[in-house]
Amino acid sequence: MRIIVLTMSRLLGRLSLWVNHRQCVLISRALCVQQLHSSSAGFTDGSYDGLYPGHIQTTPMQKALLAVGSGVAALQNPYRHDMVAVLGETTGHLALIKLRDRMRNDPEGYTILTERPRIRLSTLDLNNMASLPDGSFGREYLRFLEDNRVTPDSRADVKFVDDEELAYVMQRYREVHDLLHTLLGMPTNMLGEVAVKWFEAAQTGLPMCALGAVLGPLRLNTSRLQSLFTSLGPWALQNGRRSRCILSIFYERRWEQSLEDLRQELNIEPPPVTLSATNKSST
Amino acid sequence: MAASMRLLVRRVIRLSHRNVNVTAAGLPGRSGCCWAPSSCRCFSDAAGDKNTHFGFETVSESEKAKKVYKVFENVAQKYDVMNDAMSLGIHRMWKDMLLHVMHPQPGVRLLDVAGGTGDIAFRFLEYVRSQQERQKRRVARSMQTPSWQDISNNYSTEEEDGPQESTAVVCDINKEMLKVGKQKADSMGISAGLSWVVGDAEELPFDDDQFDIYTIAFGIRNVTHIDQALQEAQRVLKPGGRFMCLEFSKVTNPVLARLYDTYSFQMIPVLGEVIAGDWKSYQYLVESIRKFPDQEEFKGMIEDAGFYCVRYYNLTGGVVALHSGFKL
Repeated sequence: MRIIVLTMSRLLGRLSLWVNHRQCVLISRALCVQQLHSSSAGFTDGSYDGLYPGHIQTTPMQKALLAVGSGVAALQNPYRHDMVAVLGETTGHLALIKLRDRMRNDPEGYTILTERPRIRLSTLDLNNMASLPDGSFGREYLRFLEDNRVTPDSRADVKFVDDEELAYVMQRYREVHDLLHTLLGMPTNMLGEVAVKWFEAAQTGLPMCALGAVLGPLRLNTSRLQSLFTSLGPWALQNGRRSRCILSIFYERRWEQSLEDLRQELNIEPPPVTLSATNKSST
Repeated sequence: MAASMRLLVRRVIRLSHRNVNVTAAGLPGRSGCCWAPSSCRCFSDAAGDKNTHFGFETVSESEKAKKVYKVFENVAQKYDVMNDAMSLGIHRMWKDMLLHVMHPQPGVRLLDVAGGTGDIAFRFLEYVRSQQERQKRRVARSMQTPSWQDISNNYSTEEEDGPQESTAVVCDINKEMLKVGKQKADSMGISAGLSWVVGDAEELPFDDDQFDIYTIAFGIRNVTHIDQALQEAQRVLKPGGRFMCLEFSKVTNPVLARLYDTYSFQMIPVLGEVIAGDWKSYQYLVESIRKFPDQEEFKGMIEDAGFYCVRYYNLTGGVVALHSGFKL
């Protein structure tokens, strides 16, 4: 079958060359362009082009343009989570490599890299988690999801990372973000998000986190800014630096573990200020 | 019923003509390209399902229509914003040029196929209305000293608007695009003389000899069988009617062509991702432009469909070509 296609395509090529030179120029240009920009439209659900499902090949120039464009778009409209995601992917190459190496050097992290667990509603056993005692990690995580009305399925897929393992690390980082909220006891309002971003910036070194950490406070009012700079901020930075790599924890096997226990294991102090989830206003 | 029978007969005749073309050996110019598709067709006929291109991907013909539908369903909401961003506003000039060349007079019927968000139809109605105003003004200026008889005549003919009503029909296969177009019309307050119809360019839901002008702007490259769309255009136009097509085409200047290619492939998908959150649809867009025939070839296809006095105008150095033909 393939041989027939190859010979037909060769025949086609020869015929077009012989009959119309201009046609040939056009076809060769199309093929050249195709080779240069080999990201074809992988609309079909079963098969995919690229290194992993959802991967889109990009040239360095496209990555640069994406980084700038997504940065501008994210600043204009912070609710565009997909733009924040794209910014993270296009600027985070070095940080991802460091993260991956940290995971490899940790035995539990290594297990995660080989087993590749995903945190989705379909993989979580919510009934089981709801029956766990208060104070356990699983129960607190569920409470966090309910109080803040979020779901673990709202994370965008990784598209622009050109290495399959690094793409998984990025995806893991995104999915662990909500668990980090639970570990740090931070709600999803603006102040809580900024505190988590400071922690992540200190931990992962991703430029997107650093950018969010610097620009996030611009949207806070004075009282919250004060709280951030005096107590929450330094706490987040210190703990980010000294805690164990949060991506290296196999959370899916630790639902029954008590939250305090887990915090101690990770070297994270409890938050200095308790923030409630009802503080949804940002400014 | 009669219309569909005629369609069938025409298809049969066309098929037989195609076979004749294949056996006639070594025709120069555009029919040279017939060799490639005919041999390809022989092979794929044996396989049972014809293949065509979807951007740089190869898909079956039945799949292509579905995929194109999906693309436009996804982009419909941000279509106009993206057009402005990608072409830096130049697409407005192209569409204005189409109207300028068309120069419609009050009273003509327009069919805008693949008209989706209604850009051409709105411009048409605006143009015709300003023409009408100009005519009225001219008449008023020339009749500055009317007699009593003239004045009483004017009062009696006040009600009838007469045969000066121009209508525009926007036809598109995609309901999302039409929805966006209707919303635009509502917000602009345009409703008189405008209708929105869901239809396939390859099989239009209209009778023969209905329209004075048929336009298709940036839509024909998404059609699976371009020749069928051209045949349908030929069918629904009145004798003396005009076919007009705006479409992306081949840039002749090599320097401009390189710049255009770089811009298309580097910038446009990025814009699609940042503004519309959809990389792949805009990747399809730039690839489909490369797969479309060039100016001369498309001119030949229009002539094959039975149009006369076919000519094209290159806009922006060949980035866009405006083809025009008459049904006589």
